[in-house]
Amino acid sequence: MSVVPDGPDPRDSEASYDVIVVGGGNAALSAALSARRTARRVLILERAPRHMRGGNSRHTRNVRCAHDPGDPYLTAEYGEDEFLDDLRKVGGGQVDAELARFAIRESKILPAWMTEHGAGWQRALRGTLSLGRTNRFFLGGGKALVNAYYETCRRLGVEVRYESSVEDIRITGRRAEAVVVRCGGSHTLVRGNAVVVAAGGFEANLDWLKRYWGDAADNFAVRGTPYNDGTMLAALLDKGAMQVGDPKGFHAIAVDARAPKYDGGIATRLDSIPFGIVVNRAGARFSDEGEDLWPKRYATWGARVAAQPGQIAYSIVDAKAIGCFLPPLYQPFQAESIAALAALVQIDAGALGRTVGEYNRATVGNTAFRADVLDGLETRGLRPAKSNWARPLDRPPFYALPLRPGITFTYMGVGVDETARVVDRHGQPFVNLYAAGEIMSGNILANGYLAGFGMTIGGVFGRLAGREAATHAGH
Amino acid sequence: MPGTDLFQEAERQLGVCNACRYCEGYCAVFPAMELRQAFTRGDITYLANLCHDCRACYYACMYAPPHEFGVNIPQVLSEVRRDGYRRYGWPPAFARALHSVRTTWAVGAAAVVVVLGLAALLAGPGRLLGAHLGPGAFYQVVAYWAIVLPGVAALCYWLGVWTAGGLWFWREIGAGRPDAPTLRAVGGAAWEALTLRWLRGGGPGCPYPEERASHVRGALHALVFYGFLAALASTTLAAIYQDLLDRLPPYPLTSAPVVLGTLGGLAIIVGTAGMVVAKARSNRVPAAGEALGMDYAFVITLGLASLTGMLTLALRATHAMGLTLVIHLGIVAALFVTAPYGKFVHLVYRFLALVRNQIERGAEG
Repeated sequence: MSVVPDGPDPRDSEASYDVIVVGGGNAALSAALSARRTARRVLILERAPRHMRGGNSRHTRNVRCAHDPGDPYLTAEYGEDEFLDDLRKVGGGQVDAELARFAIRESKILPAWMTEHGAGWQRALRGTLSLGRTNRFFLGGGKALVNAYYETCRRLGVEVRYESSVEDIRITGRRAEAVVVRCGGSHTLVRGNAVVVAAGGFEANLDWLKRYWGDAADNFAVRGTPYNDGTMLAALLDKGAMQVGDPKGFHAIAVDARAPKYDGGIATRLDSIPFGIVVNRAGARFSDEGEDLWPKRYATWGARVAAQPGQIAYSIVDAKAIGCFLPPLYQPFQAESIAALAALVQIDAGALGRTVGEYNRATVGNTAFRADVLDGLETRGLRPAKSNWARPLDRPPFYALPLRPGITFTYMGVGVDETARVVDRHGQPFVNLYAAGEIMSGNILANGYLAGFGMTIGGVFGRLAGREAATHAGH
Repeated sequence: MPGTDLFQEAERQLGVCNACRYCEGYCAVFPAMELRQAFTRGDITYLANLCHDCRACYYACMYAPPHEFGVNIPQVLSEVRRDGYRRYGWPPAFARALHSVRTTWAVGAAAVVVVLGLAALLAGPGRLLGAHLGPGAFYQVVAYWAIVLPGVAALCYWLGVWTAGGLWFWREIGAGRPDAPTLRAVGGAAWEALTLRWLRGGGPGCPYPEERASHVRGALHALVFYGFLAALASTTLAAIYQDLLDRLPPYPLTSAPVVLGTLGGLAIIVGTAGMVVAKARSNRVPAAGEALGMDYAFVITLGLASLTGMLTLALRATHAMGLTLVIHLGIVAALFVTAPYGKFVHLVYRFLALVRNQIERGAEG
């Protein structure tokens, strides 16, 4: 994964900057805007072309923030302690309490700062994701937020270069001297007094994922930007930065198997799982589809499908389920009988028939079903059980929605100190090298997922890194 | 994966939107879309006319071209709107002919030429180029009946076509069994139309002519619309003065018809000129080529009608008045003959779509 460019040494560019920001998403933009308050020459190096700028932030929708009652964009109070509890619940024991407390405390003032820098907000939703109390929704979503930040960068005089991929970083002792930028076919050395790396994870790098997942990674869809190939993460680890987070750790949901390989975003997810059964390609169930409310469980299905042969599964529902979940992007396979449906998706009809029969016999009927709460309609004597919404699949037409793991982000990153400086394997900081966003989120949450918290980390640590980098550059 | 048919393509794109829903804070279109699992032609027509072309959704969309999903809602809905101007127009032959930008310009130009020719024929060069002062001066150039009779006939025709189109439209967007509009729904829709609620991009303004959000478009639209209302009021007052109070024009500069007409005329001139400049600078990607051409045809004709009207006022004591008046009447005639089928009709369908939306939102609670 070494990324020193081939050929002659990179050309030295004449310009030198106070703060160089590597990356172009929420964390990078927050860092650049924050640095620009005091630093004169701030440069953003975004490897994507303009229309793809913003990394995975362009696919996000909201930011989780603690707040007192009375926020017009949120339905009720969300205190710091409750926020920390939520984080501990999803993260198991692996939460850095000090950094987490800092992120949560800062999340309270984050929305005001975002608004000041161009963010627009949407009033609390009718609640498709039940996040109206804890998460503030961006008007128009993450790409609109990113657009607003770039516009503010333009207004404040932050220089932005697109299609400028930072391939390496030059470090002397504990000091970052310059970054090596590839633009078109040429490499340039750009010098800066401080460098903030906010270049995301490596989830779009299938070769890297294969180290942990083998050939299964070939069957993953990458939900976000194809540009997060981990070049900077590899470079920093190569220079001796401390590694944090589980290398195999990723966040993945179930997406439609027909989704694009990259950049399918939110629209390819499927919400039908709780309202039927899920089978693998052998026609067998493998997991409890009705464990908990969907917003609390959808994030677990990527890994579950990834563990199945061929990394594929099928959500099977009947006519009763239509209308219970958001309309899917792709037309489901549809047939009048389970056998015909099995033929459509190339599952052995006998096997699927047996699975559906066993499931139907274990259900207690169609009464008392409630889509929006844990309705307690559980199977009797079935393994694995289905704990809620277990109605028999008995009303044609029947539908099959093919599922694949859709990877959202990875957890492995570089260690940082309390001022967002990158630390080495011994915990000693590099003096002028900072990290923000996904590339360091493993410091706070080594696994587990809390909706909108990635944007909280990006905003809070982006601001911190930008401020600290500018202060350093000024000395 | 663009569909071949316009409605198929709109349905495909709305399918992506309905699975995403990030844009629901921008306008009424997306919440209305979310009430539906599938989209009939009527649904698509309804959503298209509910769309005010603010374009916020295009810039916010991660699926916009060149993404393989190719979502460009302002463009496809703009095409659907223009298609409706043809489908609901009557008689169908006229609606089809005036569906094309080129024909619209040609018909407009022909109207100007016909009016000029008739005036030259009936009035003769002496009266056309002479100076006329005092009460009834305008009618010495073109006879009163020659203005009023064709004018009233054209107006009746125009309103008739709009009414028929509106009724067809209302039936189609209500899936053949439309709810009766309530007073509350009509009032709510009127408020949204008068305040241009859906041209605000969810608050910050619409990204027009280019990416930055601004209230320029709303302001220009308000100038044209309220200018038009003032001009309409001026004309109505003038008719009252003339036919009920027996006071013949021209009226003094401080009289109500002249003051209203001047304010309205200036507002329309500034508004339409601003629109043309903004349109010329606007991003073509979220626009539909032919629909843009129809916008130009309407906006420029309306602007020229106001401009020549103001010139008639300014030159009314000179030898140039006659010719200016006739050109003005020609352009007004062009506006009248193209209005039933051109961009002007958006006022009818958009308002009805707003009423339908009010009913839907009311039913939802």
